[in-house]
Amino acid sequence: MKRVGMEVSHAVAEAVRLANVDLIAAYPITPQTHIVERLSEAVANGEIDAEFICVESEHSAMSVCLGASASGARTYTATSAQGLELMHEVLYVTSGMRLPVSMTVANRALSAPLNILCDHSDLMATRDTGWIQMFAENGQEAFDLTLCSFRIAEEAMLPIMMHMDGFTLTHVVEPILLMEEGEVGDLIPEFKSPMSLDPDNPLTLGGYALASEYTEVKVSQEKAVREAKRVVKDTWRRFGEISGRFYNPVECYEMEDARIGLALQGSFAETASIAVDKMRKDGKKVGLVRPRLWRPFPFEELRQATKDLDALVVLDRSLSVGSHPPLGSEIRSALYGQPKRPQVVSFVGGLGGRDITPEGFERMIEDSLKIAEAGPGEEFLIFGVKE
Amino acid sequence: MMAFSTVYVQRALPKKEDLAPGHRACLGCGEALAVRQACKAFLEDTIIVNATGCIEIFSSPIPFTSWRVPWIHVLFENTAAVASGVESAFKVRMRKGKCAKRKVNVVAMAGDGGTNDIGLQALSGAFERRHKLTYLCFDNEAYMNTGIQRSSATPYGASTTTSPAGKLSIGQRTWKKDMPKIAVAHDIPYVATACPSYPIDLVTKVRKGMAANGPAYIHILSPCPTGWGFPSDLTVQVGRLAVETGIFPLYEVENGEYKIDPDLPKLRPIKDYLMVQRRFRHLSPEEVERIQEEVSERYLRLRQECRK
Repeated sequence: MKRVGMEVSHAVAEAVRLANVDLIAAYPITPQTHIVERLSEAVANGEIDAEFICVESEHSAMSVCLGASASGARTYTATSAQGLELMHEVLYVTSGMRLPVSMTVANRALSAPLNILCDHSDLMATRDTGWIQMFAENGQEAFDLTLCSFRIAEEAMLPIMMHMDGFTLTHVVEPILLMEEGEVGDLIPEFKSPMSLDPDNPLTLGGYALASEYTEVKVSQEKAVREAKRVVKDTWRRFGEISGRFYNPVECYEMEDARIGLALQGSFAETASIAVDKMRKDGKKVGLVRPRLWRPFPFEELRQATKDLDALVVLDRSLSVGSHPPLGSEIRSALYGQPKRPQVVSFVGGLGGRDITPEGFERMIEDSLKIAEAGPGEEFLIFGVKE
Repeated sequence: MMAFSTVYVQRALPKKEDLAPGHRACLGCGEALAVRQACKAFLEDTIIVNATGCIEIFSSPIPFTSWRVPWIHVLFENTAAVASGVESAFKVRMRKGKCAKRKVNVVAMAGDGGTNDIGLQALSGAFERRHKLTYLCFDNEAYMNTGIQRSSATPYGASTTTSPAGKLSIGQRTWKKDMPKIAVAHDIPYVATACPSYPIDLVTKVRKGMAANGPAYIHILSPCPTGWGFPSDLTVQVGRLAVETGIFPLYEVENGEYKIDPDLPKLRPIKDYLMVQRRFRHLSPEEVERIQEEVSERYLRLRQECRK
């Protein structure tokens, strides 16, 4: 392993190269571009033996990956925001056909108004697509999780999305421990598809199902996604044994004796941890809960992590306009049936690239305490709105 | 003429049927006939990528399949992109020694809606990237699978469920989009039109397309008794009338060079083609004359193109 200063997008590309992918199909969209630029450079220089397909849209990017994956190739793509939405239709088919495409989403706000900066509204629109989904919080995690994604996808025969915050992660240089060829070992074995387009064994893929079959097909998909948690945990364990870096479906920080938890996803977690450190120094028992794994949802781990809390503040970087925001609503729902559960206070913030500082997180937690004491009021609050 | 063709087909084409009998196409389906013939061109290993539409629906109800070759259906508009992925995957996997080296033909199949309309962007992309694939458009001139709605391939004057003839409407108000010309504009090595009423011609063209050094596009007129409104035993005859009246000429464009065959110095009157079909029966003699003029003019232009 070597420690290098590297743009996080390039580190992701390096993980893709290490995984020896066969095919990359991509369409440019900010802030995903640096990943695919670096990959096309690697292909052009012979650093990786892969087909790089410059498609005419994200819909085709995902379609090319789907076709290649169905032909037994290891495939990768990356996108953001509108690109992810244009792929939307194909995302369901990729998972429904159980094809292990790996994708990085450089998270970005959705239009309108046009905004190229980070929030999570793009990925939240794909919650129900049947993809395994996880969050990286910093450059090292982006590299590690990208590398692991190929094994997880191919073992579970499900597509996988790795979310990393646009600009905040994609465009910054961070110190990263890069693994090299010899160090990956058998973490990423050769992809041998159990059901591919093969002239020697002609299969029909993607037939249609009527009411008599559709439910059963979907039930088996639901089962596969739930069971994928085992594959995720097993892969992260194997990766930890090689690298010394261990990952969990729900990451906890200062949660052992915490009374108040803050739950969030993505790069804000690092900023929030500064606030937690400061509040701990002031004697306040606060901690961080980060659901790294988003699909399948880590029910048990989340319940375990929050069971002793008095209050749980949840920050979403996305609105579900007209209803509770996604993370807040899913956490509430996961805790609802628990005999003992914390009060959940739901916030939305950091939309369209708006920053939240450590002081901001501190204020958010303090405000939440008052709200929790006062009892049910607003359904959720939007943090940092200008007067 | 018809009897002659039947005998000839039996002798000239392989008996192998990649589209198994027992599928659920309508009686007299010109598209099923065309697909069956196209499969006769599969001399090497072939993989089919199929768009959503009649073919997909009549051949793949889970847990059954009519396909004896590897076959994949994904969506309506992305067939050319999926086929690009399949083609590229085999290329790279062979290069990396991950599968045996062999010729694998990738054949994309879609209807006129899936090609001219919703799939046009993906198709243009695949042509531009020069993927080695043979794209077959089975043109039955409307969205037949969803119930005969008009597409940009629907001919002028045809009554469909979304371009109905009425007091204020003659039916479809636009002329058929010239999809082969759009394919030619991409400078691909092989473009052709075909019709299952001319089976040897169709099979030969599909074989040529597969042998081309790059993308090939074959636009196949597939008469549809259900959507066009003619008796199901007239499918082959209606296809012949389309060619003989010049409304659907059979031609090829090999590396930019046009060749028309049959080259008809005198066309049958368009009325012969229109009046056997329910979708055109409402047309006034003036409208028929208007169509005649347009067809003659277009045919003339095509013949001129062939003489260049």
